Amino acid sequence: MNHSISLTVNGARRDFVLDDPRVTLLALLRERLHLTGTKKGCDRGQCGACTILVDGKRINSCLALAISHDGADVLTIEGVARGDQLHPVQAAFIVNDGFQCCFCTPGQIMSAIGMMREGQAGNDPERVRECMSGNLCRCGAYAGIVDAVLEAQAGMDETNQRRSA
Amino acid sequence: MKQFDYVRPGTIAEAVAAAARPGAVYLAAGTNLLDLMKGGVSRPDRLVDVTHLDGLDGIETLADGGLRIGALVNNADLAHNAEFARSYPAVAEALLSGASAQLRNAATVGGNLLQRTRCAYFYDTASRCNKREPGSGCDARDGENRSHAVLGWSESCIATHPSDFCVPLVALDAVVEIEGSNGRREIALDALHRLPGDTPGRESVLEPGDLIVAVRLPPAARGVAAHARYLKVRERTSYAFALVSAAAALRIENGRIAEARLALGGVAAKPWRARAAEDVLGNAAPSADAFQEAAWRALEGAKPSGDNAFKIELARRIVVRALLLAAAGTPARIPALPASPFASISGAIHA
Repeated sequence: MNHSISLTVNGARRDFVLDDPRVTLLALLRERLHLTGTKKGCDRGQCGACTILVDGKRINSCLALAISHDGADVLTIEGVARGDQLHPVQAAFIVNDGFQCCFCTPGQIMSAIGMMREGQAGNDPERVRECMSGNLCRCGAYAGIVDAVLEAQAGMDETNQRRSA
Repeated sequence: MKQFDYVRPGTIAEAVAAAARPGAVYLAAGTNLLDLMKGGVSRPDRLVDVTHLDGLDGIETLADGGLRIGALVNNADLAHNAEFARSYPAVAEALLSGASAQLRNAATVGGNLLQRTRCAYFYDTASRCNKREPGSGCDARDGENRSHAVLGWSESCIATHPSDFCVPLVALDAVVEIEGSNGRREIALDALHRLPGDTPGRESVLEPGDLIVAVRLPPAARGVAAHARYLKVRERTSYAFALVSAAAALRIENGRIAEARLALGGVAAKPWRARAAEDVLGNAAPSADAFQEAAWRALEGAKPSGDNAFKIELARRIVVRALLLAAAGTPARIPALPASPFASISGAIHA
């Protein structure tokens, strides 16, 4: 039986016909939309490489059935920059060497963006490490990743202060 | 993953009817179920998706002072609800000590209660497992079993229930509201999960089609908020299941314990309420001696199921420390490392 669903992906409405309900959001993004920035790491919710934002919240797209998310708003790594202007978290990862092989990087960046929206960690390195524990980096670039997240958070705090001043 | 039919019911009654059929299971966030299906551990014929049902995602204060949490509320929204975290701090701390931020954003209240054990032999379809395949045997008994049960286990099964959330909930007398083929009923959370006995495949008292629609905390659960902690020892400080955990909550009046709540996690096939320990604390002064006595009572009847005798002594020490931390007072904010014995917060760290 075919199932029709629609999603908003990086701001654009997309309609799909699913001939199999087993398709995950991860598979849909990579194989139907060819948005391969979202990575398939463990495929079991353990590594965080597949992290995307769904309705503004970071989740593991490998453990989400597409069919169950009919109507959802999806943001992937391909949708965070504005043209040539990188998202502040992307820029901070480059400046702080927050990667080595880069496989986990899209998931790390999406997770960091989700974490900053959640607003629980602030500029506390210990809370940042805890709140990013769902993203593994086999190269061990954690020190740079935490620095990048803290720098992006500081930039956001400054922008917010300027706006409210 | 095996093929399955997908059903999206429009009402709770339709959901119950669809899920009562053989081979059907409910799908909420799917964070545990899809993992099990990918590994061939769960092989349902039909998924009944309840995520679009109305009325299951609210957090509601009741007229009697209790709280009703809809089964589809996700773990993160519940833990970060300011009023909830103030009133039930040990529950919020337990939630935030579980899984990862991504999983907490998806995983639901109902799903947390019904998640399956993380016993490696249950997950490995090449291993014998009485829970997965009744009568096949238990490879955990002679296998890698240092993390397995020390209370309530049987020769058939030594698996533990992995939930953190359930541990303070059971200490606080949480009630589960269930919609079934014969209408609505409710049971104590303490009565939801079954010990393995000879039928470890039957993990709860739920019947086919039964849907958890809400979890309720009774009014008295707020009364211990000033002295409530969750403490969890795991192989790494974040994103790991408990080796042993404890939820401890006290109501202290005039320097004496007026009421004590204690439950253990990671030690049995269900969240383990330690009533005998609570009894010895009643009217005692909150002292290390009293907490030691409570710890001995809490682990009465414990025995190793394999290479895990250390968990019994570990559990006693965790009980003592959780009680000491609770007695010292609930911190104003949940620590950066929730429930961690390594957290850099005030309180009696060295029990």
